[in-house]
Order: sequence, then structure tokens, then C-alpha cells
Amino acid sequence: MSGINDFAFKMGTVNGTGSASANGLLMQAIFRMGIPVTGKNLFPSNIQGLPTWYEIRVSKDGYTARPADVDLVVAINPASYAKDIATVRAGGVVLYDNSAPLDPTLHRNDVTFLGVPFGRMCNEAFVKDRDRTLLRNMMYAGTLCALLALDMAIPEQMLAEKFGKKPKVLEANIKAIRLGHDYAREHFACPLPFHLERMQATDNAILMDGNTAVALGALYAGATVGAWYPITPATGVMEQFKALCEQYRVDPATGLHRYAIMQAEDELAAAGIVIGAGWAGARAFTNTSGPGISLMQEFIGLAYYTDIPAVFVDVQRCGPATGMPTRTQQADLLSLAYASHGDTKHPILFPANPHECFSMTVQAFDLAERFQTPIFVASDLDIGMNDWMVPRLEWDDAYRPDRGKVLDAEELAQLPRFSRYRDVDGDGIAARTLPGVGAKGAYFVRGSGHDQHAAYTEESAPYQEVVDRLARKFAHAAEAVPQPAFHLQDDADIGIVCLGSGDAAVREAADMLREQGIGVNVMRIRGFPFGAAVRAFLDAHERIFVVEQNRDAQLRALLAVELGVPRDAMTPILDYAGLPLTAATVVDGVTHHLVGATA
Amino acid sequence: MTSIAKPPVSHPSARVNALGLTLRDYEGGMSTLCAGCGHDSVTAAIVQATWELALPPHRAAKMSGIGCSSKTTAYFMKQSHGFNSVHGRMPSVTSGAAAANRALTYIGVSGDGDSLSIGLGQLSHAIRRNVNMLYVLENNGVYGLTKGQFSASADIGSTSKKGEANEQAPIDPVLLALTLGATFVARSFSGDKRQLVPILKAGLAHNGFAIVDVISPCVTFNDHEGSTKSYAYTRAHEREEVHADFVPLTRAITMEEAASGVSEVPLHLGASVRLHATSSDYDPTSRASAYAHVAACHARGELATGLLFVDESSRDMHLLMHTVEAPLVDLPFEQLCPGRAALDALMDEYR
Ligand SMILES: Cc1ncc(C[n+]2csc(CCOP(=O)(O)OP(=O)(O)O)c2C)c(N)n1
Ligand code: SF4
Ligand SMILES: [Mg+2]
Repeated sequence: MSGINDFAFKMGTVNGTGSASANGLLMQAIFRMGIPVTGKNLFPSNIQGLPTWYEIRVSKDGYTARPADVDLVVAINPASYAKDIATVRAGGVVLYDNSAPLDPTLHRNDVTFLGVPFGRMCNEAFVKDRDRTLLRNMMYAGTLCALLALDMAIPEQMLAEKFGKKPKVLEANIKAIRLGHDYAREHFACPLPFHLERMQATDNAILMDGNTAVALGALYAGATVGAWYPITPATGVMEQFKALCEQYRVDPATGLHRYAIMQAEDELAAAGIVIGAGWAGARAFTNTSGPGISLMQEFIGLAYYTDIPAVFVDVQRCGPATGMPTRTQQADLLSLAYASHGDTKHPILFPANPHECFSMTVQAFDLAERFQTPIFVASDLDIGMNDWMVPRLEWDDAYRPDRGKVLDAEELAQLPRFSRYRDVDGDGIAARTLPGVGAKGAYFVRGSGHDQHAAYTEESAPYQEVVDRLARKFAHAAEAVPQPAFHLQDDADIGIVCLGSGDAAVREAADMLREQGIGVNVMRIRGFPFGAAVRAFLDAHERIFVVEQNRDAQLRALLAVELGVPRDAMTPILDYAGLPLTAATVVDGVTHHLVGATA
Repeated sequence: MTSIAKPPVSHPSARVNALGLTLRDYEGGMSTLCAGCGHDSVTAAIVQATWELALPPHRAAKMSGIGCSSKTTAYFMKQSHGFNSVHGRMPSVTSGAAAANRALTYIGVSGDGDSLSIGLGQLSHAIRRNVNMLYVLENNGVYGLTKGQFSASADIGSTSKKGEANEQAPIDPVLLALTLGATFVARSFSGDKRQLVPILKAGLAHNGFAIVDVISPCVTFNDHEGSTKSYAYTRAHEREEVHADFVPLTRAITMEEAASGVSEVPLHLGASVRLHATSSDYDPTSRASAYAHVAACHARGELATGLLFVDESSRDMHLLMHTVEAPLVDLPFEQLCPGRAALDALMDEYR
């Protein structure tokens, strides 16, 4: 890194002081210059007052993983100066507020310090306290524009779009960004050696967070019931779904809603609402995170055992317990796969980015109804809450929901008898009826032992017939869930398995390893249960690394348990520190092991 | 043990309701409860009420949690869909079903354990949401199905079969519901069908959450002397201030009736309930006077029964959520999916 359109920088600010909009503006402006860009918000579980960071990576080659180090840091928060200054690579730049003198012990000889009196300039230029705080962010954005050669016309245009209706606010923002910009031009050699140059690489792309994409998926799939209990980092899903429904789902004639969004009393109730609605025939979903998944266990088992469709979106965060709510992890894999007591197992979809959040959410509704079972979409905080550069989302108007086997009144009339859980087709999926269809289709949903006619039973054989059918159904899902994505090289004999948001870092790592003469093939798992392609990849590689973001190598455990591959034949590379994965972590993991193996 | 179906015999002389259905058509599978269990009488009252109302069985959904009481949804309306969910969580399942399909009639049956301990939160929030449903709480003061532990409705001093006295204060579902803003609150007794059936009918016609606390003795674990939920105790202490008659269609209340202590409260879809007050100062449309009455009865060691409170202006969950009139499950996909062009346009906002 470190060159034209190939560098990273980081802002260290104070939570709740409005830095998010300045940081977002910078990222979006770079995107509008046609340059691939990624932004990662590393924020505390706090509303106001604690240190918060925003990292922006610019990559002409389109790498979107979090950078291992940064070329420039904007140190605005004295509370995190020491930490911020330490993160800059040697030869990099520290841009800081020199309204007050910098503690000399923080000085580093191997970096360039650029001081701008942001605070003083704000006090001189603005009167209101709030403006003085908020506009300081716009000021450092202006300085960065000058240092990085960001075309000022773009942020100014964006501010005009945003504050067009508030001329005073617009004027103040423009004033601040120009003050910052002009100060840099007057005092420093602009631009820096690493800076921006226009490209054409973002024409067909968008910047979107995964939670918004999930909400769009639910909207497009025709979900009508959303139930939830607020929790970071999943909250955005339902908030966005609500905003979208208000835009697209209000009956123009009456103003009435073609949706029901229910903020439940807790996650148990949210799960119950989704299951009740799914049973009644609606496409229903809930969004939650690890603690919510823990609370939903009993209901998940009920839906599994009674063949009720339901979609659960788990935006994973750092566990266990409350853990680190604003940090990311992939540590719910086992608790999703086997959620609830008794013999239960559930299909899971693993989106790697917001683009897949959209398509996989749509697919989750289809699979839930087709397989009449809970389906999990396992997103994470990094995907859900950060803006990712992804291809524009597309929709095929030929799409029709797969409602699965649902008998209507006419079909029922032709049956001699309706048996809710009779496996007529041998795929483990029995036809269902929706309440209200007619007396012949009536049956009794019960979480207690039942036979194929849905009648209560405590007899071994009819009980086993039902649970065996469920196992058959699950096995069939292996080829219906999203199949793995491969990133292959001609002569590689090392296999790397990853999933979800680890994708970007692992693919970048593959390129880096290649430069070191180490060829690796990458398989990104996109669905559970694992299909034949997953097994074939594992069998085809002498050496397998499994990269995942949890302590206990949960993906590896699932591969071992479900496919029978010896656990120790797969080497885990684990990053459970709570931040998005970097390519360097993967490269180090692989090379360390290879060195160890040959030594 | 498997569930037992009753032999389908229909009496030629059996009376039919407006749908041409007999009482038998509203029955369900054979009860597997203990002989004499109060819950079976409540089942019979539900059969009677739904038959008299000529509720189309396939348009009703029977919802329950877990417990002896919750099992009873299998024992009535065999032509209806049923959902025996998990312990204490029937309210959320019903909320979801009702959100999806508002055109069905939801009949919930629960127990005092199911509703007042494990499910207290869900009951409370279904009341807040004002889910359009009948909620029958079969209250026996114990956990029947787990063999007789005290429930949260057990009165202080009420003794278990082994003679141990309960020392914790009870939760009275009626006072609770009144406090939480329930729009229809009644109490009855499984042994008093004359009172219970019209209340159930009024509850079914109510537009919103209608809770009926039914004292329903557990003959096996809580019908002994010393129990305050036994048949004998309930008979001796029940006090009905206002008797309710269900009236299928509204008609004007005459002054004469008003003067004679009869008042009529409109319910949903033109039905109403006619209330015969035995004392003149009780107003069942006033939450405050209902609360005061029930509390005063408690203080005197009496059990207030009858239709205790009804809010004629009840706005049910769908009104509160502003959902369309048509059930969400009936909306065509075209009305739900904005389509390709809309997505294309939206994408420009993410650049
Ligand atoms: C999560 C859970 N915990 C415990 C139980 C065991 N259990 C079954 S029924 C019941 C109590 C039922 O009491 P109540 O609702 O009063 O019903 P009754 O049997 O008295 O009619 C309990 C504790 C259960 N089924 N599920
Ligand atoms: S144990 Fe009690 S509540 Fe349960 S069936 Fe017997 S009498 Fe009824
Ligand atoms: Mg009980």
C-alpha cells in the first residue's frame, strides 16, 4: 500500500460529536471520484463521549478488507491521541489539532506531524457551541481534501444535496470545509505523496450497509410481518424495513399499511410473532443478534418440529453474554446450526457483503417456505453496519415467491384425507394448509409428540417417523442453500475455507501469498448444511486452513461433525479480537504454519 | 397414548344453528383430563358459545400454551386449526397470526401458570397490543400438569393438598388486566355455565383483547378444604354484580330498560351485551369503578364475577398499526414488491 489511490487513513474522534457525517462524506466523495473505497466504523457501545474511529481504505485494485495499518491518522480526540499516533505506519502522517500544544512524549520521529488549529478556527468562525463542535469535523474533512487531492467540488455538491433546504446550515458547512482546505493549502505541501486521482471503477457500484440490504431483501421478497426487539448491531434492519415500507407499502388510497412491524416485548415474543405469522401464511422475519438468538431457542425448536417457516436474521456481534456489542465476530455458528434442545438442525445462509445480504434474504424466504422450517441469515456487525462498495442491486420482475407446498381449498377437496406431516414426495416436505382454508385442512400444531397426521402421540414408531422425516428434509436442503464460491489458482495445493465477511480479507491474502510463491485455493462457504461441493473441495486439498472469526473454530467443528472430515486435518486461523479481518492476519496464519511445518 | 376421536354420531333431532351445524360439530377430540376437572366444563361452555354464535369453525383458530388447560383446545372445534405452542408464549404466536390474518377469530386458552408466571410478560403485552382475540384463562391456583405446585394466582393462606399454606401474594388477572388497559375484562366460574356462556360470546364479539378469568377447579390437586380455588369455596364466595346477556344485534335501548337497571353496551359488528345490574352504582364501562369493585370484593373475601369492564371504543391491534383492511396474507405479491424500476431508481440514492 501507500501510493496513488492505494492508502488508508483513520479519524480518531469523540462519539456523539457528529464526526460520522464528515467521515461518511469523505468516503462517498472518494467513491464519486470513481475510486474503490471502504469505510469501517469502529465505535464504542456508548452514545456520547467515548473515543470512536473511522477507517477509510482507498484501493485502486478493489480490495475492501480492513487495512492492517494506516498512512495517515486524524487525531482530534486528545483522549485517544497516544493510541492514534501509535497506529500510523512509519513514514506516515499525523494530522492533529494544534489549538493546544501536543504532549511532547507523544512525538514520533518516523512520522510527519501536521498541526491545524481546528478548535481555534472553529471558535473564531462560529458562534454557537454546537456549531463549534460539529463543524470541526467538516473542517478536518476540508484539510483532508487538500492533502489527498480530493476534488472539493464533490463534497460541496454533496453538502448542497444534503442541506439544500437549509441554506444557513449549508453555508456554515461550506465555510468550515473551505477553511480547513485553505489552511492546508497555505501551510503544507499539497497533495501528500499518497493521494487520490480520478478513476472509473465505481460506475456500477453502490455504497450500502448490509442491514439496509437485508431490509430491501425482505421488502422485495414480500415479507409482511417483521417482529423484533432492538439490539445492536441488528437494529438497522428493522428501521430500514420500516422506512422502506413507509415508502413502498402504503396504500395510496387509504394511507393504510400493507405490512405489520411489531416491536415486541423481548426476543422470545419476536420469535413467537414470526412463527404465528408464518403459520398463518405470511412471510415473516425477525432481526436480532446473539443475545436474542439465545432467548429464541425454545421457539426455534418449536418451529423446527412443527414445520413452520420463519426467517431469522442474526447480525452477529462479539459474545459471549453482552460481550462487545459494537464489535464484530462470527461466533454464533454452532448456536444457530443446532439451535434449541433436542435433535434440531437448521439451514443457515452466510452473506459476505451487502449485495449478498439482499439476494440471500430473498432466498431465505423462499427456502423457509419451501422447506417449512426456520432459516437463518448469518450476517455480522461488519457487514451489517458498515458501508460497503458492492455492485448495484438488481431485481428480476419475473421473480415469484416460492410458497412451497401449500394446499388450497380445491386441492384439499381432491384429497381423500389431509395428513399434515405425511411425506408423499419422499423429500421430507409434507404439504401444509393455512388456517381458514376449510374444515378438511384443519389440523393441530403441537410441539408435543405427534404422528404424521399431526395427532398427539407417545408411541415410538410414529414419533420417530416424524423426526426422521425432518432429518431427511434437512439433508435435502444441502443442495438448495447457496453453494460455495471459489477463488481458484491453477497450481495451488493449499485450500483455505472461509465464510461471511472474511471473504474480502481472504481473497486479498490469496493474492499476497501468491506473490510470496504460495498458491492457495479459496472456498467461501455460503450455506449450511454443506453440499457435495464443500466435501469435494476439502478432499481435493492436502492442506486445509479454515479462517473464521471466533475463538473455538466453530466452522471447522461444523465441517468435522457434518462431513466427517478429521478435525485435525483442518488448521484453524482464528481472529476473534472483534475487528474486521485483515489480509495480513490470514497471510501470517498461513505462513507461520507452513514455516512451523517445514522447520 | 394417542389422541382419541369421538365416534361421529349425529342425532336426527339435534338442533342446528344458523350454519346448519349441530352442537356436536363444535366439539373436538375426547378429553384426556381428570374426570371432574373444571377445564372440561369451560370446554363445554366454549362449544356452546361458538355454536350459538354460529361461528364458522374453519374460520376460527384455537391458540394455547402448555398445561392441562392449554390442552383443551384439542377438545373443541375439531374443524378449526389449532396451535398448541410453548409454555406461556401463546400471546405472541397469536399476535403474529392475527397480524398476518385478521379475518380469523382467535380463541386463546391458557392456565394460571401459563399466563401469570412464565407468560406474564406475554399476556401483559398482548393486552397492550389489544390483539383481537378471546383469551380464556382457566384458573385453578395450581400447576395441574406438573402435579399441583402453587401458581401465582394462589391466595395467601390457601393450602396445598399436603396442607402447606401459600404465603406469597396472588396476582389477580382481572386487576392486572384492568391496570394494563385491557378493553374487555370478565371473570366467571367453570361451574356457572349460565354466566360463562354469554360472557364468552360477548368476548368473541369484542373488537380487541377480551380476557375472561375462569375459576376452574383442579379436582386432583386443588379441590380440598383449605383451597380457595375449590368448587365449594368458589360457589360460596362468588359475587355477581352485573349479569350479562349477549345480544347478537344492537337495537336502541329504551328508557324503560335504562331505568330498570339494564344497560346495553355495543360490541363489534352490531352485536351488543345487555347488562343487568343488581346494584345501581356499578358502571362496567368505567375502569375505575370496575377496579374498585373487584378490590372491594377481595377485601370482603368475595370473588367478583361477571362482565366487569368493557371499553366500547376499543381500538384493536390493527387499528393501532394502521394495517389495511384485507388480511396481509391475501395481498397479491404485486402489491408487496416494488419491482425492478423502483430498485433501479433507489440505487442512485446509494452513490
Ligand atoms: C419452558 C417450560 N417449563 C416448564 C414446563 C413444565 N410445565 C408444563 S405445564 C406447567 C404448568 C401449567 O400450569 P397452568 O398453566 O396453570 O395449567 P394447568 O395445568 O394448571 O391447567 C409447567 C410448569 C414446560 N412445559 N415448559
Ligand atoms: S390435574 Fe387438575 S387441572 Fe389437570 S386435568 Fe387433572 S384436574 Fe384438571
Ligand atoms: Mg393452573
